[in-house]
Amino acid sequence: MKFSMRGFKEKLYRNVLSILAFSSLFFLGSIVLVLFKEGLPIFKKVNFFEFVWGRFWYPTYEPPEFGILPLLLASFQVTLGAMFVCVPLGIGSALYLNEIASFKQRKIMKSLVEILAMIPSIIYGFFGIAILVPFLQNLLNLPTGLCAFSASLVLGIMATPTVCSISEDALSYVPRSFKEASFALGANRWQTLVKVVIPAAGSGISSAVILGMSRVVGETMVVLMLAGGAAVIPKTFFEPVRPMTAAIAAEMGEVAMGSDHYHALFAIAIILFFITFVFNVIAESISRKYRLKLGLGQ
Amino acid sequence: MKKEFSQKIGFSFISLCMFLTVLFLFSIIFFIVVNGIRVISWEFLTQMPKEAMTAGGIAPAIVGTFYLTLGSIIFSLPLGIACAIYLCEYSPKSYVVNIIRFSINNLAGVPSVVFGLFGLTIFVKYLGFGVSILSGSLTLAILVLPLIISASNEAILAVPQSLREASLSLGATKWQTIKKVVLPTALPGILTGIILSIGRTAGETAPILFTAAVFYLKGYPKSIFSEVMALPYHIYALMTEGLYPDKQVKIAFGCALILLFLVLLFSSVAIYLRNKHKNIYGYGN
Repeated sequence: MKFSMRGFKEKLYRNVLSILAFSSLFFLGSIVLVLFKEGLPIFKKVNFFEFVWGRFWYPTYEPPEFGILPLLLASFQVTLGAMFVCVPLGIGSALYLNEIASFKQRKIMKSLVEILAMIPSIIYGFFGIAILVPFLQNLLNLPTGLCAFSASLVLGIMATPTVCSISEDALSYVPRSFKEASFALGANRWQTLVKVVIPAAGSGISSAVILGMSRVVGETMVVLMLAGGAAVIPKTFFEPVRPMTAAIAAEMGEVAMGSDHYHALFAIAIILFFITFVFNVIAESISRKYRLKLGLGQ
Repeated sequence: MKKEFSQKIGFSFISLCMFLTVLFLFSIIFFIVVNGIRVISWEFLTQMPKEAMTAGGIAPAIVGTFYLTLGSIIFSLPLGIACAIYLCEYSPKSYVVNIIRFSINNLAGVPSVVFGLFGLTIFVKYLGFGVSILSGSLTLAILVLPLIISASNEAILAVPQSLREASLSLGATKWQTIKKVVLPTALPGILTGIILSIGRTAGETAPILFTAAVFYLKGYPKSIFSEVMALPYHIYALMTEGLYPDKQVKIAFGCALILLFLVLLFSSVAIYLRNKHKNIYGYGN
C-alpha cells in the first residue's frame, strides 16, 4: 500500500513539473504569436516592400507614410558605429586577460568586466546624456550632441563586456598543447597569439562579436535617450537619427490601440525580433561547431 | 629583433584595450557617485517628490522598483526552476527537448522592448490589468524567465551523475533524489542565477514603459492594480520630460546612484557566491 502511495506521489510531482515547464514555454511561444497577430495587419495597407524600402516615416501625417528605411538604416548605423568600439576593446581585453594578466589580476579584471555587463542600460543612457553628450558637444563643436555618434559610442561601451567575456571563454578553450607546439618551433608569445591561438579560437570570437551585435541592435534606452530621434535617412554620424527600437519606445505610448500606426510599430518589432533571432542562431551554431572541432562535446 | 618589436606593439595595444574598458567602468561609477552623493540624504530616500519633481525625495520610485522586482520574481521563480528541473531530470532526450532548449536560449536574446509590447497587448489590454504593478511584474517575469531557466539548467547539469546514482541505489525515488540530492547541490548555482535576475529586473526600463511606470503619483500605490513609479523610468522621465531640466538632472543623479548601488550590490553578491562555490566537485563551471 505504502509503495503505491509512493508511486502516486512520484507521478504527481512529475506531472506538476511538466505542466509548469510547458506553461512557461507557452508564455514564451505566445510572444511570437502576439507579435505576428498585431503586426501583420499593416501589410494589408502597405505592402511589405514599400514598408521596408519606403524612405519616409510619417506615421502621424494625413495620409500617413509607413516606410521604415530611415529607422532600419539608423539601427544599422549605430550598430556599425558601436562595433568599431566594442570589437577592438572587447577582443583586446580578452587577449589581455588570456595572455598577459597574472592569475590574480585576471580574477579581478574578469569580475570588473562582469560588473560592467550588469550595469543597467538606463544608467548608460543617463551617463551618456548627462556627462558624455555635453562633453562631446564642446570637444567636437557639434550643433547637437544627441546624434548617432554619441549613441554608437555608449552602445559600444555597453557591448564590450559581452564581446570580452565570450571571446575570453573561447580563448581559454584553446588547448595548451597548441601553444606549446608553437613555442617549440621558436615563435614568441605574440606570434603564437596571432598565428595559433586567435585562429584556433576564431569561430568562438566571431560568435562573441555576433552576440554583441545582437545586443546592440535590440538596445532601447540608450538610443532613445542619445540618438536624437529624427526619423530621416542618416548621412553622417553627427546628426540625429531614430533607430527601430527608439521608434517603438517613443511612439507606442501615444498611438491608438488597433490603428495603422500601432500595427506598424508591431511590424517593426517583428523585424527586430527576426534580426536578433538570426544573429543568435548564427552565433549558437558557430560556437557549437567550434566546441566540436576542439573536441569539447556539446 | 623585428619579432620582439611587434610583440611589444601588440602587447601594448591589448593592454590599452583592457585599460580603456576598465577606465569606462570607473568613469561611469565615478561621475555618478560624485554627482549623486550630493543629493542623497535621509529625506531624499524617504520623502515624496515636491514642487513638480524639482525637490523632495524619491521614496515612491524606490518602493515601486521593489514591488516590481518582487512581483516578477514571485512569478518567474517557480516557473523557471520547475522548467529547468523538468528539462534536466524528467524530459526524454528527444528532438522536442532540443527545440525547447533552443527557443529558450534564443528568447534570452530578444530585445526587451519587444517584451514590453507583448506585456502591453496581453496584460494591459487583453487581460485588462491596465497600466499596473501586476502588468509590469508579469512582463518583467517573462523577460527574466529564460535567464532563470538557463542558470538553473546549468547548475542542475553540473551536479555529478554519480550523486544521483548513489541516491537511487539507496532506494530513493526520483523525486526524493531531486529534492534531497540534486537541488541542494545545485542551490548555489540556482541562487546566483536568481540574484542576477533580480539585478537585471530592477534596472530594466523598456518593458515597463507601457506596462507599469508613470512619472508622478500622488502617494504610494494602493494595490497591485495601481500605476507605479520606478527608479529606472524616473531617471528617463527626469531627463526627457518636465520643465526644469537643471534641477531635475540633480535628482536624476541621485536616482542613478541608488539604482547603480542596488544593481552592483546584487551583482557582487552573485559573483561572490559563484566564485565561492565554483568547481566544488572539481568540474563544471
